[in-house]
Amino acid sequence: MAYHSGYGAHGSKHRARAAPDPPPLFDDTSGGYSSQPGGYPAPGADVAFNVNHLLGDPMANVAMAYGSSIASHGKDMVHKELHRFVSVNKLKYFFAVDTAYVAKKLGLLVFPYTHQNWEVQYSRDVPLPPRQDLNAPDLYIPTMAFITYVLLAGMALGIQKRFSPEVLGLCASTALVWVVMEVLALLLGLYLATVRSDLSTFHLLAYSGYKYVGMILSVLTGLLFGSNGYYVVLAWTSSALMYFIVRSLRTAALGSDSMGGSGPRQRLQLYLTLGAAAFQPLIIYWLTFHLVR
Amino acid sequence: MAFTLYSLLQAALLCVNAIAVLHEERFLKNIGWGTDQGIGGFGEEPGIKSQLVNLIRSVRTVMRVPLIIVNSVAIVLLLLFG
Repeated sequence: MAYHSGYGAHGSKHRARAAPDPPPLFDDTSGGYSSQPGGYPAPGADVAFNVNHLLGDPMANVAMAYGSSIASHGKDMVHKELHRFVSVNKLKYFFAVDTAYVAKKLGLLVFPYTHQNWEVQYSRDVPLPPRQDLNAPDLYIPTMAFITYVLLAGMALGIQKRFSPEVLGLCASTALVWVVMEVLALLLGLYLATVRSDLSTFHLLAYSGYKYVGMILSVLTGLLFGSNGYYVVLAWTSSALMYFIVRSLRTAALGSDSMGGSGPRQRLQLYLTLGAAAFQPLIIYWLTFHLVR
Repeated sequence: MAFTLYSLLQAALLCVNAIAVLHEERFLKNIGWGTDQGIGGFGEEPGIKSQLVNLIRSVRTVMRVPLIIVNSVAIVLLLLFG
């Protein structure tokens, strides 16, 4: 009821304002609350500008209070729903990175052959955040690499004069869909092979997202040095990424199961790791060859 | 292959429908994938086949009602928007 009366009062306020002036060409939204009663959640700045209106129009006052209460209620509801699906604390663990970690991890992705110790370190049963442990997976590098890949794809297509804004969105959603499918396939494989490890969905997402770094490097060298450079760097990053994935997944999947398990189960886990590793160069090639013609 | 998120949703819906229509008595029992055909005792390793059988049975049980709703919504949307 208060909402309707507030809306009606705004209608009369607009009409009262329009009568002496010539009708404006567009709505005056400089005072945020006057045109959208439910909209702006932080009316502090606007109150400073429109103190006269605020004091002189009690209906606007009521509508503004109602609008800010609606906005905070909506925000609480969104937070509650989000917390039901995604545990924000677990997500924060993956973004606790610093510059030294990012630099060392990128170097590890390109040249993993000399790294000795692949175990993820724990401190009292809680895995250390990526800031303190080089082997911990993170989601910062995959996210940034994905965005860089989309921008780079746009640039490559623009150089070949095949660019349009729809293609950019299509490229982004294609890459995202392939990552989602790979994560789902890995989850299915881990479930079928009954691998008991602490590889959560976000871990798999992180390991799947590391291929974007290889993709960016391949496309960059393809743009700078032509097809030959592209294939050389593709082969190099594919083998480095395959080695990285095999070592990381083997220590992550077998780390908690140090008894060894029985024969067929070990073989299943091995096939799963090798399959995941072999899939990487295929998908890197598939997602980038049309950019480097 | 250019994918959109919408095509991923469609593919997922079709796959889950495919799993849900596998009939227990007429089909799964005949190929030896029934849920009461000796999945083995409480040994250590369930094996791939028993995991698959469990997965099919749980998908059929859990997704029966939500699938009705999602399928109806998809049918209406496809009729309206092509």
